Amino acid sequence: MARRSKYPLPLLMRTAAAWVITLLLFFPLGWLALMAFKTELQAISVPPLWWFTPTLDNFREVQERSDYLLYARNSLITSVLSTVIGLMIATPAAYSMAFFKSRHTKNLLMWMLSTKMMPAVGALVPIYVLAQKSQLLDTRTGLVIIFMLSNLPIMVWMLYSYFKEIPNEILEAARMDGATLWQEFYRVTFPLALGGLASTGLLCLVLSWNKAFWSLNLSSAKAGTLATLIASYSSPEGLFWAKLSAASLMAIAPIVVFGWFSQKQLVQGLTFGAVK
Amino acid sequence: MNRLLPRLLLTPAVATLLLWMLVPLAMTVYFSVIRYNLMQPDQTGFNGLENFEYFLTDPSFSAAVLNTILLLGSVIVITVVLGMGLALLIDEAFPGRAVVRLLLISPFFVMPTVNALLWKHMMMHPIYGVLAQVSIFFGFTPVEWLSDHPLVSIIIMVSWQWLPFAALIFMTALQSMNREQLEAARMDGATYLQQLRYLYIPHLGRPVAVVVMIELIFLLSVFAEIYTTTGGGPGDASTNVAFLIFKQALLNFDAGVASAGALFAVLLANIAAAFLIRLVGKDLDK
Repeated sequence: MARRSKYPLPLLMRTAAAWVITLLLFFPLGWLALMAFKTELQAISVPPLWWFTPTLDNFREVQERSDYLLYARNSLITSVLSTVIGLMIATPAAYSMAFFKSRHTKNLLMWMLSTKMMPAVGALVPIYVLAQKSQLLDTRTGLVIIFMLSNLPIMVWMLYSYFKEIPNEILEAARMDGATLWQEFYRVTFPLALGGLASTGLLCLVLSWNKAFWSLNLSSAKAGTLATLIASYSSPEGLFWAKLSAASLMAIAPIVVFGWFSQKQLVQGLTFGAVK
Repeated sequence: MNRLLPRLLLTPAVATLLLWMLVPLAMTVYFSVIRYNLMQPDQTGFNGLENFEYFLTDPSFSAAVLNTILLLGSVIVITVVLGMGLALLIDEAFPGRAVVRLLLISPFFVMPTVNALLWKHMMMHPIYGVLAQVSIFFGFTPVEWLSDHPLVSIIIMVSWQWLPFAALIFMTALQSMNREQLEAARMDGATYLQQLRYLYIPHLGRPVAVVVMIELIFLLSVFAEIYTTTGGGPGDASTNVAFLIFKQALLNFDAGVASAGALFAVLLANIAAAFLIRLVGKDLDK
């Protein structure tokens, strides 16, 4: 009997196919990065230029014309703060649901998720009015509150699924040894759930950084995030692709690199622990 | 066990979410039955169901519902099918697999406004865009993506962003396949198609549910991609429900009609949520 190959496709073909597909999918981003180092004329040359002397002028000009650093700082502050506050509110809730399960727990979880299904635009008018009345329009505080609230259901869900994985026997053993609830949390549950907390935090950081709807509608020159800055480059005409690319690259590079380093945790987190 | 403590721990999250849901909802209900046009502040007062009638009989409305469903359905099918293919392709080791993984996941971290502008200008531009240049190279007429196929363009952008996500979830799931079972099937001479049919695809059932659930949550309200590229047009060709409400509120300044539309969106969200509960609710009982 002829020995059946272990793999459906020989190694060489698999490797080639995987690389071709990957490079095709990555191409738009690679192209964007290339464009950022071209002059405006090189950026629209026909046929496209592959080889050129790179320039850093675009980056300098983006900073000078639209104050990149201000928007970057806003993005950083709003995403970090909304994540930290979100974790502080979501962790006790998830802990309570995972370890003191009641007959309402399931409904509560589903209800939380259902608030996330509501399109943000549905709440736009009231939130806008509220933000205006409370002077939170175009402030970082306003964005932090909104980002935090809109991520909260996902945070509770993720943390809940991580806490669920901690075996009850460990907790019972701690209780038998006379640990108080605080000790039980601080010494046992918390260290065991640290990976879960990290994944949840990482994911919310990415989600907040990339949030466009609320920052587009509630912030502009003062509290605007990078998503706002980029949208301001969307004017229909104008051959300014090199600058647009530079601004885009500066907006996504921090979070993409961050994502590369934490991708394993991120993916595991996003599955709500349902996939191993 | 003390019964107060669990509730106390739950309170901050439940209370904030309740406020986050109820206050805007109550205000929306109120706005939806009054005359509330930001450009005509002198016109006020109760006007019954007129806003609803206006929103629901607007010819854009049915187009927007259809577009929402088309967008949602296409992206889910594309990402699940291609994501599964990709995951199976890179499941076994090959040279450079770690780098491939990193490159593949990158689009998922790109913010929607950058994604939209990148595709609008550098990929789909009918003269200078890469796609146009490729068509010319092969002797075809370049496609006017955003004006001739606006919805397809949006579907491409959103799928590009979410395909890596689906692929990585499936990849993670495949890592936990029972290797001995697979080996046994191979020894017994199962063809690759048979392995797919009886081993791989059944194993991916739950991950598919997870992908569908998360994409439902995020894609029901696709906004930035439409806002920064087609602006919903031409006509209503790429307007989804979320964008239609936005148009009513900020382009027509009619907060009343927009609120009526928002209530419709809440209804839509609840239908989707009911579907979700069927999909994942079972798992919560274990």
